Amino acid sequence: MQESDKFLPYIVNPREDTGLYNAKFGIWLFLASEVMLFGSLFSAYILLRVGSFTWPVQSDLQNVPIGAINSVILLSSSIFFIRAWVALKADDIAKYKKFMYLVILFAFLFLCLKSFEYYQHFSHNEFPKTSVFMALYFLMTGLHGLHIIGGILVNIYYVGPGMYLREKDKQWFINRVEVAGLYWHFVDLVWIFLFSTLYLL
Amino acid sequence: MSSKHGQAHHDSHDSAHHDSSHPQSFWSQYVFSTDHKVIGIQYLFMSLFFLLVGFCLMLLMRWQIAYPGQPLPVIGKFFGENNMPGGVMLPEFYNQLGAMHGTIMVFLGIVPLGFAVFGNYLIPLQIGAKDMAFPRLNMFSYWSFFAGGMLMLSSFFLPGGPTGNGWTAYPPLSDISHDGQTIWLLSMFIIIISSLLSSLNFITTIFQLRAPGMTFERLPFFIWAQLITSFLLLLAFPPLEGAAFLQLFDRVLGSSFFLPTGLFVAGKIADISGGGNALLWQHLFWFLGHPEVYVLILPALGIVTEIIACNTRKNISGFGMMRWSVIFLGFLSFVVWSHHTYLTGMGTNITAFFQTTTMIISIPSIIIVSALFITLWGGSIRFNMPMLFALAFLPMFGFGGLTGLPLGLAATDVPLHDTYYVIGHFHYVVAPGVILGLFAGIYYWFPKATGRKMNDILGHLHFWPTLITMNFIFFPMLIQGLMGVNRRMYDGGATYLFSHNVLYWNVVETTAAFILALAQIPFIFNFFYSIWNGEKVNSDNPWHSSTLEWATPTPPPHGNFAKPITVYRDPYSYSLEGAPKDYSPQDQKEI
Repeated sequence: MQESDKFLPYIVNPREDTGLYNAKFGIWLFLASEVMLFGSLFSAYILLRVGSFTWPVQSDLQNVPIGAINSVILLSSSIFFIRAWVALKADDIAKYKKFMYLVILFAFLFLCLKSFEYYQHFSHNEFPKTSVFMALYFLMTGLHGLHIIGGILVNIYYVGPGMYLREKDKQWFINRVEVAGLYWHFVDLVWIFLFSTLYLL
Repeated sequence: MSSKHGQAHHDSHDSAHHDSSHPQSFWSQYVFSTDHKVIGIQYLFMSLFFLLVGFCLMLLMRWQIAYPGQPLPVIGKFFGENNMPGGVMLPEFYNQLGAMHGTIMVFLGIVPLGFAVFGNYLIPLQIGAKDMAFPRLNMFSYWSFFAGGMLMLSSFFLPGGPTGNGWTAYPPLSDISHDGQTIWLLSMFIIIISSLLSSLNFITTIFQLRAPGMTFERLPFFIWAQLITSFLLLLAFPPLEGAAFLQLFDRVLGSSFFLPTGLFVAGKIADISGGGNALLWQHLFWFLGHPEVYVLILPALGIVTEIIACNTRKNISGFGMMRWSVIFLGFLSFVVWSHHTYLTGMGTNITAFFQTTTMIISIPSIIIVSALFITLWGGSIRFNMPMLFALAFLPMFGFGGLTGLPLGLAATDVPLHDTYYVIGHFHYVVAPGVILGLFAGIYYWFPKATGRKMNDILGHLHFWPTLITMNFIFFPMLIQGLMGVNRRMYDGGATYLFSHNVLYWNVVETTAAFILALAQIPFIFNFFYSIWNGEKVNSDNPWHSSTLEWATPTPPPHGNFAKPITVYRDPYSYSLEGAPKDYSPQDQKEI
């Protein structure tokens, strides 16, 4: 399938002067807006913490080992995603699927551990209304969790029904997976900031 | 898209505009359409509807301000005993009207009209593209806007009515008020998502889908304005989304992001953890709120530039400067937000910083307006309807901007803050400024969208009363504000001792507002009458314009252009030396 057959140009091949195809351009803009979204929450964190009389010792309230394990889990899933994408480019579908399943599995693992942490907090009677720190913790990790869930749905789509596109245009499908990957890496990156801000600082 | 389908599409370019060879159902063609022009028109009807709703809310308020405590004749009794017992407005209802007037006008009326309507309709046309980069995302944007708008309107039917906390939704009040505020937050979420996706789509389209030869220097100013607007929406809206999350947590889960320790509610200490900061909301809100001002203005500036260039038959004087100005303005608009919060006690150093940036940001706006004024010099001006609106826009917007300077300086902002002066100022920018610019755009591109012109006589009946009454509404507000009348008094200042000698202006303003309402009837009639019965245009380019949107068939079919477009020259190629006509279309190789 040629580029000129498509209704719009640069869906598959990059435009020369920008060096990007449309979806990649779009996802970078989307990630820029996500940076502003999480940025506003981080700045809220800073303002509230600097302006407060008392602030808990965060690591006392948090289960730091689980948070650390979760960081490792998410980082590994990012690596698996890259390997899946490389395999896809090499046309090795079995390997692509294997790594994508690993990505999804690790994302679920992350969510399980996260829910366990939430459970621990709830059983210690720690809720958003308990303190501003707990509210920030639930809000920021909750919003991040929503992003993880969104990512899982996208990733499942691209090992499942979304693969129809590969029959039509291999490169187009590779592009889509790459875009999904950029989003996934971003979500992982946010977690690194969340972990250091909400657990360690 | 299958390759067979794609091939059929490719062939169709040779046989001119026959994309209708694929029959589409009514639903996919007019309702769930992915065509940027249909989406633009859908946005048009929605945003005009919301403008009308917001305007009606304002009329109710104006009655109360001019005649506090007097029953509203005829329709007053339809608003229910909870809002207007015996036709007399309750203070709570007045607050709700004010909050919803601001919210609807800004987020559901003017931003969609300037940004989404004209952006959707014109961006692909003016850059020579077939559609937006992400057509389905575009459709999703519209429908989420629709859903968000409907949700916002639905809050009128809540038992407690809609939110009454002002369009800025300042906590702590908004944290502890009734359910209308929750609906407001939810609907803002949806609207924010809608404009985020639109702006992402617009930027991608402008960068990726420009026709061959359409360099950034050759982009019309309207496209530049939309590009910067999109960046502002993309980067400034997410913090409000974040803030809305925080407020939603406060309201639903009982957290205290915006509630300080020891807050008293109704005479007793509130049952909250405390430790929050109400100013946090103000900063997050105005971090959106100030770029939002430029989101309102820039599309109108872009529209007016197109119209002025075409109707003076001249290139825009200082077009290069205008481009750099709009870029600079976009950057700077992110560092001026705290001039809305001078009175919160943030300290003189920070005040000095924001005061300085605020003064600096007036420079690019002045450059743009000056460039447009200078363009008039020596032009052969055609006074058609769009041009009249555009010409009226310039001084009105300039006046609005100049009245803002005293508010940007902290020392003069202290007495003027929260008076009618503020209302007069920003309404001068938005109502006779932006709205006239947007009307100009409707009159100007109406022939492209429908193939018919809007009626001139009805146009004059719309234009002159609108221009004059708007000044009678907003200029007296400046006077009242200078006398210290507070902007949030539901009796219009009657209980305020030293405002008594300026209160008679309230009646003038209200009368003018009702005449303004009457003056919109010719427009509404003209708009619908001309869709079917207006004077037919005899060419695809009735205004003899040089920009690309006029190179399409009228109205443009799906896919827009009859043949592939190449761009050869600058957007405003009017009265070029040695050219046979006084305009040289961008896509024409020979002059």
